Amino acid sequence: MTVLLPLFVGSLFGAGTWLLLGRSIVRQIIGIALISHGANLMILLAGGVGGNSAPILGNPPPLADPLPQALILTAIVIGFGVLAFLLALGYRMHAYEEEEP
Amino acid sequence: MNLAIVPVILPLSTGAACAAVESERARRWISLTGALGTLGAAAWLVWAVRGGNVVVLRAGGWPAPYGITFAVDGLGALMCGISSYVATVTLWFGMREAASRYHRYWHAGWHLLLGGMNGAFLTGDLFNLYVFFEILLIASYFLLTLGTSREQAREAFTYVALNLVASTLFLVAVGLLYAATGTVNMADLARRLPSAPSALVRGGVVLLATAFGLKAAIFPLYFWLPHAYAIPPGSVAAYFGGMLTKVGVYALYRLFTTLAPLGRPDPLWLFVASGTMVFGVLGALAQEEIRRILSFHIISQIGYMILGLALGTREGLAAGLFYVLHHIGVKTALLLASGTVERTWGTGRLSLLSGLGSAQPALGVLFFIPALSLAGIPPLSGFWGKVALLVAGADAYAERPGLWIPLALGTSVLVSLLTLASMVKIFTQAFWGPAPRRRRAAPELLLPVAAMAALTVVWGLGGRWLWELTWSAAGQLLDRGSYLDAVLGGSR
Repeated sequence: MTVLLPLFVGSLFGAGTWLLLGRSIVRQIIGIALISHGANLMILLAGGVGGNSAPILGNPPPLADPLPQALILTAIVIGFGVLAFLLALGYRMHAYEEEEP
Repeated sequence: MNLAIVPVILPLSTGAACAAVESERARRWISLTGALGTLGAAAWLVWAVRGGNVVVLRAGGWPAPYGITFAVDGLGALMCGISSYVATVTLWFGMREAASRYHRYWHAGWHLLLGGMNGAFLTGDLFNLYVFFEILLIASYFLLTLGTSREQAREAFTYVALNLVASTLFLVAVGLLYAATGTVNMADLARRLPSAPSALVRGGVVLLATAFGLKAAIFPLYFWLPHAYAIPPGSVAAYFGGMLTKVGVYALYRLFTTLAPLGRPDPLWLFVASGTMVFGVLGALAQEEIRRILSFHIISQIGYMILGLALGTREGLAAGLFYVLHHIGVKTALLLASGTVERTWGTGRLSLLSGLGSAQPALGVLFFIPALSLAGIPPLSGFWGKVALLVAGADAYAERPGLWIPLALGTSVLVSLLTLASMVKIFTQAFWGPAPRRRRAAPELLLPVAAMAALTVVWGLGGRWLWELTWSAAGQLLDRGSYLDAVLGGSR
């Protein structure tokens, strides 16, 4: 896992950046989504991999770090909201394109 | 009594109430009352932190590194005060401009933006800063795209996409710093960063500087700004132009004093400051529309604020902060005046305008005063801001001679002249000459402009007390020990 996760973060960022540089709006939106997921995974990685038991008094170590998960939860919610907005904006641009060719 | 969270909670609740209320009349009253209440609480904060206090609010009573902390020092309180003032005045203007009739949720977006900004200024937690950035950005996306046309939707898409990328960089930086130190509390970070693995810390600080720099529109990350600010109605443009980039400037000030202090003149940041000044003003000279000229000026003026930060001394920080406050007042006044012109005469193109000054002398005066202040003519506040920066630069040079400081200072003087030239261009083409159309702007549009322009006169003639506030705030920024003590308390 410790080797796989960084590779995964890197490929998400790489694929996201590549899509973001394209001309199509849909590709750009998907690219942004991929990059933000890469960032979320990176925070998970920042807490360190390897904790198996929940961080409750009395559980045997190694404990998992709860803070990155709380941060990611917030970041995912924010990312979801902004992505929804971006899709709506992209749809409106598409509607304008249809309207006046 | 601890009011530190009121400037955040109150606008957010007012925004929710405005979204829920059906009647436009009730919405206006709630909106104005909420804005005034926020302004009152922000004024209390400015008063409470004078003389070097730090107001700390621990959510739920949890001790600092574990709970969510609000820590208000001079910098945060001053920014919160000016943002509440700008929001109130532009809200008033927007209701007169009838931009509020565009959409039912216009007021809600306004207050969300204010709540997000105040939260960013007052929080003492890096991840909370990210969350408040997102709140204010989502509100700004909404205000920017209200009533858009085809071209505007495209410009707005670029703005949204760029800010999303910047936010993601910010998030990655938070992850790196958390990996290096195991904390996201700013005071705790400041304590632990020196002993943390330097590769992670450097990567985190560079990413943070890039993310904040993109939001602050510094060289070379400024390209998005003039497009985005040409879209919305006058009141929204004034609100954005006054405050939105300053959130990025604030974050840079916080990053390079509390978290990773520069402590001495930094060649890289002096270079960035000079570049921002030069490219902004050159862009302004090439434009033919009032609002586009003013938008490019925002960029060049950001350079002066970064110059103060780049010097890294107490004089530099105080002068830079003075400049930030002065510029917010002046720029909002100018953008409100240009919004008045666009609203009344239907265009902001210089070639289509003439004789506004003789058609309405009051508007001419209200444009002229902040324009002179922007260029740095005494005795207005812009002059004192520039003098303070030059003096601070000379002092820093006397202590540490180097080529970069005189170059940056020379650039700032030159850019002031070019600023004056582009202001003269607006003035000769739009305000001088005979008035072909006898049309006059409504006096109720001029009152908010006057309320903003009054700031620069007050801060020019009585700059002493503002300087004392920024001087004490700059001292607080450099004296990190008392900030850490106030936030971390016994657990330090």
